[in-house]
Amino acid sequence: MTAATNTKRNLVTAALVAPAAAWLMIFLVLPFIAMLVFAFGERAPEGGYQAAFTFAQFANLPTRAAAFWNTLILAPIGALACLLIAYPVAYYLAVRANPRYRLILVSLVVVPFWTSLLVRTYAWMYILGSRGIPNLLSMIGIEDVRMLNTPGAVLLGIVYGYLPLMIMPIYVSLEKLDRRLLEASADLGAKPVSTFFGVTLPLSLPGVMTGVALVTILLLGEYLIPQLLGGGKVFFIGNALVDLFLQSRNWPFGSAIAVTLVAVVVVILMVAMRIAFRVAGTRQVDLV
Amino acid sequence: MTSASTNDIEFRSVAKRYGAVTAVSDINLQVPRGAFMALLGPSGCGKTTCLRMIGGFEQPSEGTVFISGEPMNGVAAYRRPVNMVFQHYALFPHLDVEANVSYGLRQMRPRIASSEISRRAQEALEMVRLGGFGKRRIHEMSGGQQQRVALARAIVNKPKVLLLDEPLAALDKKLRTAMQIELQTLQRELGITFVLVTHDQEEALSMSDFVCVMNAGRIVQVGPPQEIYDRPASLFVADFVGKTNRIDATVDGASSLVLANGARFFAPAVNCTKGAATVALRPEAIRLTRNGAASVEALAGTVTHRIFLGSAVEYSVAVDGLGDFLVTADRRTLGDAELVEPGEKVGLAFDPKALHVFPA
Repeated sequence: MTAATNTKRNLVTAALVAPAAAWLMIFLVLPFIAMLVFAFGERAPEGGYQAAFTFAQFANLPTRAAAFWNTLILAPIGALACLLIAYPVAYYLAVRANPRYRLILVSLVVVPFWTSLLVRTYAWMYILGSRGIPNLLSMIGIEDVRMLNTPGAVLLGIVYGYLPLMIMPIYVSLEKLDRRLLEASADLGAKPVSTFFGVTLPLSLPGVMTGVALVTILLLGEYLIPQLLGGGKVFFIGNALVDLFLQSRNWPFGSAIAVTLVAVVVVILMVAMRIAFRVAGTRQVDLV
Repeated sequence: MTSASTNDIEFRSVAKRYGAVTAVSDINLQVPRGAFMALLGPSGCGKTTCLRMIGGFEQPSEGTVFISGEPMNGVAAYRRPVNMVFQHYALFPHLDVEANVSYGLRQMRPRIASSEISRRAQEALEMVRLGGFGKRRIHEMSGGQQQRVALARAIVNKPKVLLLDEPLAALDKKLRTAMQIELQTLQRELGITFVLVTHDQEEALSMSDFVCVMNAGRIVQVGPPQEIYDRPASLFVADFVGKTNRIDATVDGASSLVLANGARFFAPAVNCTKGAATVALRPEAIRLTRNGAASVEALAGTVTHRIFLGSAVEYSVAVDGLGDFLVTADRRTLGDAELVEPGEKVGLAFDPKALHVFPA
């Protein structure tokens, strides 16, 4: 291969990568640098940011411990709950459903996305609110049931909102599972349950990992669901950030919280990946 | 059949339908204990369906499949004392070679001690000459090695019957021949019944004790390879197993045969009714003669093509009024006759007993 074709090849590669790289640079890297700078600054008297170098914002973090706690507990629990509900659904769609109706059933999974999550979460607010299920319960004599503004309500909203995002990657990994492997397992004397745990589940783990990572990461930045269904009582880091930036205009403290969240997520992901690799016994990353 | 059966596999009036489509029907077949049976037929003839009914992956719509005398209707695949070597091996990609081989042993109840499991897995791997490959991952193995892993994974469970679904189809010719010998040896050593599905007649003839030829969902002939080849029960068998020349003819008497070009033969084996018939004649049953030394039982023709195969020579000979004949001449028995040149006029001599006559 000549140097000229090499250069040309590199130019083409550069041209292909440039838009995405520029996008990430302008909208991810630069804002992140700005956030880092803000996190070590001070709040200006009239709000916003004022240049300084102080660790005061980080020292202040414990005042928002509840937001961290809620996020770091409810996000993984929410993802896990999604997983437990999504796996059987994905299994049914990929393995059991009549192939003739499979496409229709799979598209039904994403139908909720046709309506804004905001509208759908409002609907849940009504259902769980005093005129919803608690009202119905009081008709049969069960009084004073509070559903809205509880961790349970937030969890319900999370499962409802994120279920499709968990179903899809698991469905894809189960769908491309070679049926002959299941026959081979049965042929070797494995009962259906053993076949599931010995073949189906391990081979769908990439889909499970993708789904869990996707949902957990999105949940760590969740704002809408705790806002509407947690009603200020069960709030996430996202809610704390909105408060700090838009209400009290304390940009440096908000930045410090955001930076801390990113650091925590990176650590969690690294640990999770290491465990996943050990379980899978490989260094090969195979999303879905 | 009440006493302990001497057949490991028996099909009794078995049919399998998918909706309105009949895959196989009227299947009656016995595989004696310890035999090597080949199910041979073109693709879509129902041979794989039959194998899958033994394995338990399909249930017959009618009739019963017996394994060691036990009716298998409604018995799930995982409860059957048979193991299968799948067409594309179906090895578990997430497990290493040893874990693949020991998979069946780990399913057994009561449980087998893990030291015993790994000992038996090693033994099976050594039997297929893959000792020391236990820790390899499946994708690190070549096609031929994967084939042998699949074999080890099946035989390690000591099944009553081993089912093989086109096990050699994905291998190249040299490897295939080697594996044919290996399979035969293995079958003799283990003494278990083998049922092999193949569309390769050479494979069926060379490896098995019995060949069951199938066509369009039915069994057309069952017998030892030599019998299938020498005394085909139908034109289909004659055509499908080995090469054959087909000649249009008419039967006009008890043993009297008139070929389409008017040549009359006294054929002792004619046992079909008078009327139009098709005659099958093996290419190696014909001897080429030169210089019009025509005997009574000969046809005259002109050599059009010669295919030199090394140990043998194939000639295409145009016979007046009968079309092209394929003639195989073994070079050793050719004697003094040198290679015949294309364009030469020759006589085609054969023993009339070699003529197989079928109703048209």
